[in-house]
Amino acid sequence: MIEVKGLVKTYGAKRAVDGISFEVRRGDILGFLGPNGAGKSTTMKMITGFLRPDAGQALVDGIDVVADPVAVKRKLGYLPESAPSYPEMTVEEFLGFIAEVRGFRATDARRAQVDRAIALTHLAPVRRQTIETLSKGYRQRVGFAQALLHDPPALVLDEPTDGLDPNQKNEVRTLIKGMAAQKAVILSTHILEEVEAICTRVIIISRGRVVADETPAQLQARQPGARLDAIFRSLTQSDL
Amino acid sequence: MSQTFPIFKREFLGYFRSPVAYVFLVVFLVASVGLAFFLSGFYKANVASMESYFFWHPWLFLFLVPAAGMRLWSEERRSGTIELLFTLPVTTLEGVMGKFLAAWAFLTLAILLSFPLPLTLAYLGDPDWGVIANSYLGSILMAGAYLAVCSFMSALTKNQVVSFVLSVLVCFVLSLLGFSVFTDFLSGYLHLPVFLVDVISNFGFTTHFDAFSKGIIDPKDVMFFLSLMGFSLFLNVVVLER
Ligand SMILES: Nc1ncnc2c1ncn2[C@@H]1O[C@H](COP(=O)(O)OP(=O)(O)OP(=O)(O)O)[C@@H](O)[C@H]1O
Ligand SMILES: [Mg+2]
Repeated sequence: MIEVKGLVKTYGAKRAVDGISFEVRRGDILGFLGPNGAGKSTTMKMITGFLRPDAGQALVDGIDVVADPVAVKRKLGYLPESAPSYPEMTVEEFLGFIAEVRGFRATDARRAQVDRAIALTHLAPVRRQTIETLSKGYRQRVGFAQALLHDPPALVLDEPTDGLDPNQKNEVRTLIKGMAAQKAVILSTHILEEVEAICTRVIIISRGRVVADETPAQLQARQPGARLDAIFRSLTQSDL
Repeated sequence: MSQTFPIFKREFLGYFRSPVAYVFLVVFLVASVGLAFFLSGFYKANVASMESYFFWHPWLFLFLVPAAGMRLWSEERRSGTIELLFTLPVTTLEGVMGKFLAAWAFLTLAILLSFPLPLTLAYLGDPDWGVIANSYLGSILMAGAYLAVCSFMSALTKNQVVSFVLSVLVCFVLSLLGFSVFTDFLSGYLHLPVFLVDVISNFGFTTHFDAFSKGIIDPKDVMFFLSLMGFSLFLNVVVLER
């Protein structure tokens, strides 16, 4: 579903992403790990067509992002890192706008999509509140609702559980796991238990390169008995 | 272009979600009507004409249009919503057009809110409606041209103050080009040949606006404003796609 081949992105003299390749199939939940500044967000921005890669290719459902960005964007749901949204709009207005841009032009269809997204992310109590007055966790949920709204075949989630309380973290994980059978999901995270809990595959990147691409079980088998964060540390030594 | 409409709608309604829009409308009306009354003696002239009202528009727009346009793209950049917008299925052109048209519609509203003025004139005297309609058209077109420049400038930076200053500077130069003091300077002091002075002043806002306020619609003037809008918005798209 999502195919990444040799992506490269350079900022000035700094190579943020240095030849990353991987593939995510339907049913996969890919955990994207790496220390701060490793290039996770930059890779995601290239997959979702926000940044143009300096080299390499990203394909979604066989479509090249650079060649046909709009077609790719239709198939993707994307939660950017800090869950940006228009602060002066209410939750309902904002999701209504997203639905309209996503092609749900008729009032009924639009309302159905918005209601579904609100129910999935438990936003009902704040649906008429302006986004600027929401707490961080609720704002994060609005971003998640926005990504899910059109029930896309591929999801790219940049730290989806960041800022959520433990109950909501669990809720979001269950939700992702529940949807994953028909979807390809990439999620970045700094929480290693999250990887054990829901991911079917793990990619660890360090300084813009892939240093591990395997199942969580294989990752654990690298140092049987060790904690995942110890394995993570030894794999990303070069970043320290 | 079908994606332009939802963006237009969100932007346009967005103006009224914050108090900024109302402040802007009030300032615009007070300034435009105030200049006409206190500096040009709107009633004292004793003629049923809006000339003294429209006379000030190029100068008023120099500050008010950048004030309305400075946030267009710089705000999206600063708050990161640009990443949201351009990972939705919209092209850069659709995004640029949606936001530009919304801001233009808002400025048009501000300009048309002066409607009690011509109505008063009609009550007191017998104004030439053709001239008034043409002046409004010219003013709206000129506002669009200023705005397109501001939209382009705001795409260059995430800082609204920088965006405002850049816009005022560029618009100032564009206004100045057609101003008689400037063209006299070019021909009188720099001894530039007349045709060159004409070419330069042809890029000025005031040159093209003056005809409208005299009641003349010259396709050349309309084309000037439209092509300036097209050119600025094209650069706007290029900058965003970079
Ligand atoms: N706009 C930019 N200009 C210059 N450098 C940038 C820019 N965006 C990111 N970088 C650099 O690129 C590198 C990768 O950044 P990226 O945001 O992809 O990291 P990340 O893996 O998402 O980190 P985190 O875990 O902190 O979110 C960093 O060194 C960062 O400083
Ligand atoms: Mg990141």
